[in-house]
Amino acid sequence: MADAEDKVTMRVWRGDENGGEFTDYVMPAVEGEVVLDVVHRIQASEAPDLACRWNCKAGKCGSCSAEINGLPRLMCMTRMDTLPEGQPVTVAPMKTFPVIRDLVTDVSFNYEVARTIPAFEPGPEPEGGYRMMQVDVERGQEFRKCIECFMCQNVCHVIRDHEDNKPKYAGPRFFIRFAELEMHPLDVNDRRELAHDKGLGMCNITKCCTEVCPEHIKITDNGIIPMKERVVDARYDPVAWLGRKLTGRRKKTAEEAAAG
Amino acid sequence: MAQPDYQVHDYDVIVIGAGGAGLRATIEAKERGLRTAVICKSLLGKAHTVMAEGGMAAAMANVWKEDNWQVHFRDTMRGGKMLNNWRMAQIHALEAPDRVYELERWGALFDRTDDGRISQRDFGGHRYARLAHVGDRTGLELIRTLQQKVVSMGTDVFMECKILRLLTDADGRVSGAVGYMRPTGEVVVFTAKAVVLATGSIGKSWKYTSNSWESVGDGHAMALWAGADVIDMECVQFHPTGMVWPLSVRGILVTEGVRGDGGVLRNSEGTRFMFNYVADMFRSETAETEEEADAWYDDHINNRRTPDLLPRDEVARAINSEVKAGRGSPHGGVFLDIATRRSAEYIRRRLPSMYHQFMELAGVDITAEAMEVGPTCHYMMGGVRVDAETQAATVPGLFAAGEVAGGMHGSNRLGGNSLSDLIVFGRRAGLGAADFAEGRRGDVGADQAQVASVVDEAFAPFGREGGHNPYDLHHELQETMQSLVGIIRKGPELEEALTKLEDLKQQAAKVHVSGGRQYNPGWNLATDLPSMITTSIAVTQGALNRTESRGGHTREDFPGPDPEMGKVNFVQRQRGEHGYLAPISIAPEPLPEMPAELRQLFEEGN
Repeated sequence: MADAEDKVTMRVWRGDENGGEFTDYVMPAVEGEVVLDVVHRIQASEAPDLACRWNCKAGKCGSCSAEINGLPRLMCMTRMDTLPEGQPVTVAPMKTFPVIRDLVTDVSFNYEVARTIPAFEPGPEPEGGYRMMQVDVERGQEFRKCIECFMCQNVCHVIRDHEDNKPKYAGPRFFIRFAELEMHPLDVNDRRELAHDKGLGMCNITKCCTEVCPEHIKITDNGIIPMKERVVDARYDPVAWLGRKLTGRRKKTAEEAAAG
Repeated sequence: MAQPDYQVHDYDVIVIGAGGAGLRATIEAKERGLRTAVICKSLLGKAHTVMAEGGMAAAMANVWKEDNWQVHFRDTMRGGKMLNNWRMAQIHALEAPDRVYELERWGALFDRTDDGRISQRDFGGHRYARLAHVGDRTGLELIRTLQQKVVSMGTDVFMECKILRLLTDADGRVSGAVGYMRPTGEVVVFTAKAVVLATGSIGKSWKYTSNSWESVGDGHAMALWAGADVIDMECVQFHPTGMVWPLSVRGILVTEGVRGDGGVLRNSEGTRFMFNYVADMFRSETAETEEEADAWYDDHINNRRTPDLLPRDEVARAINSEVKAGRGSPHGGVFLDIATRRSAEYIRRRLPSMYHQFMELAGVDITAEAMEVGPTCHYMMGGVRVDAETQAATVPGLFAAGEVAGGMHGSNRLGGNSLSDLIVFGRRAGLGAADFAEGRRGDVGADQAQVASVVDEAFAPFGREGGHNPYDLHHELQETMQSLVGIIRKGPELEEALTKLEDLKQQAAKVHVSGGRQYNPGWNLATDLPSMITTSIAVTQGALNRTESRGGHTREDFPGPDPEMGKVNFVQRQRGEHGYLAPISIAPEPLPEMPAELRQLFEEGN
């Protein structure tokens, strides 16, 4: 049980697009709390206008991403007792996205990328409905665990350190969206050219995205690397091309998909 | 008066809320070629639907061929203690399977049976394993599938937009809405031929709740303020299994799927106490011994269901009684044990989110030890009174679907019936709104005076001297509702609550906030308070008038059901004067009458 006298110092970034600074809030320590609880207590007592996003408070919605002691984490899933005792806890907004205010960033980049991805498109439905085996759906299910916290996008140095790459780079979240669709047993669109056009080749597999994923999705190993291999197959490998011809595996090209 | 300085967006149909119901309604209106927009308070894809865990109920008969819509309909009506709108329950049972298969065609990846069909899991109150699911994150799958569909259709989405009021025209028809964009604090006005409310729940008025900050009853309140009827507001579901420890996570949901997959409830003596709480209504279909209950998981035909999977109202009351009798767990709940009953591998595969949630938030390994759980405010059965076929509210131009609509679930909702409710009635609301919009004649415009008065009211807290802090008022509201209008209610306490709520209503109109309008949570909360207080008053009035115990509504001073009360809905509306400060009247009205062929389903032997 935390001592009634115990205090914790929260060093929270306050500001907007014009800049800002860290402000210290000294709060009573309460047993079992997560960072988001303390932020809420700051709002209710000292700083009612302290901006932060949150919704479910259970690691399921991906709203409360922030950089806690310099590492991207969900505020709702970071227990205070896992952070170094006796030191201030710094809470800052995600760096890759423009700040709106305090801990809230403008993540519209991600929603714009999402709009460019052609929808799932299944082949004709057989009598009695589609059948899929559990083992086949599990590959896609891993990627569909994504809660869109955008922390993988935040740490990806291709856009974190190079703002000018954003227009041509979809980022890890969307590479696994491509992978999910490409590996979906029913989808008939060819996602490989699309992934290539969206900068898959710029990823040099440093696995930063995988490390920060709160859903423990193996973004690099299970999503990006297999997609890179498939893209290589599609573009350069005549044997694989012939194999697809012979087995009849035929997905739509990017142009066909875009044309509906 | 604030100068009109705002954007006006004109649409055929606007949908307020982007959870399952809102997104499904949007798809339907958009597919009709109508100018459609969806508006949400958070980012797209973060709505409370994402929290749904267990699955969506649909009598697809993939696991038990004996299942069909009649059985689902009967389970739903019994679960709701027959207070349901029978036609909604029937439509729901009939259409849910088609809606689930439709999600699959849109890209949802459900868990499979051995022969490759969509798998179905057991849940409370359902005779057969009926819930299509994806592990214990079915809500995420639902919302992501619908979100991706909506986005691929090129739909206009207004994110982080709080709607404050519905606009009405001179004939009393709903003609749009006014609100503000949270990132900028700028006012935004929508004009529309039809408006769909899909705003979800009201749970944030209670202290211990599974609901997020968004669930403040915006739609319930705005419908009332626009002159629409709401029904069954006393029927609030307390989910039996919320986390109880640590305190900061108290209320967070523990899926019923834990019990569906073999978990059982025990008290501090290790007794499976649910066997002692089987109501007469469920006796013939519930196991009497632990042996029968355990055999039921594999053989539903020759054994009866475990009492751990009685409807949620029954289980929540039982847990409450055990804790009161001094047989609770150390932190005031009971034990939910799956560790001693299923392998660690099975638990991690079937319940990955629960494993993760307990490990990270409570430091409890649910494959090795029991969870501590207790009731948490979870779901609002009551809501906007709608036409079963079209989801039209009693005010022209207004539609409602999902949790904000009333009637479907009666006095208690079965687990799994909410996700299917969202897609069945979300679609129907989209159809209803599209039909109405296409048939609507005359100009649709925003009345500047209405807009100005809403904006003045919303901005007023910035200029005030004195007045209360919105966080303090919210805290007081939560304490009031938790202690006086909770799971077990009494007449005098409800009276006391009404007095307090009336006082809070006045105080909330004088609230003070600091800072600017840009992304200011204190101000945002100040604009949520009117919704919370209005809905809390309606809940309390309903609870005071329903002098019986039924489903989610339990009166200690009227412990049993009253057959006469079972024939009526309590209908609330604002007569004459409308708006936040106007009184809400309440009166009983007879339930729609069920046809004889459906009544037969409830007779002996069925």
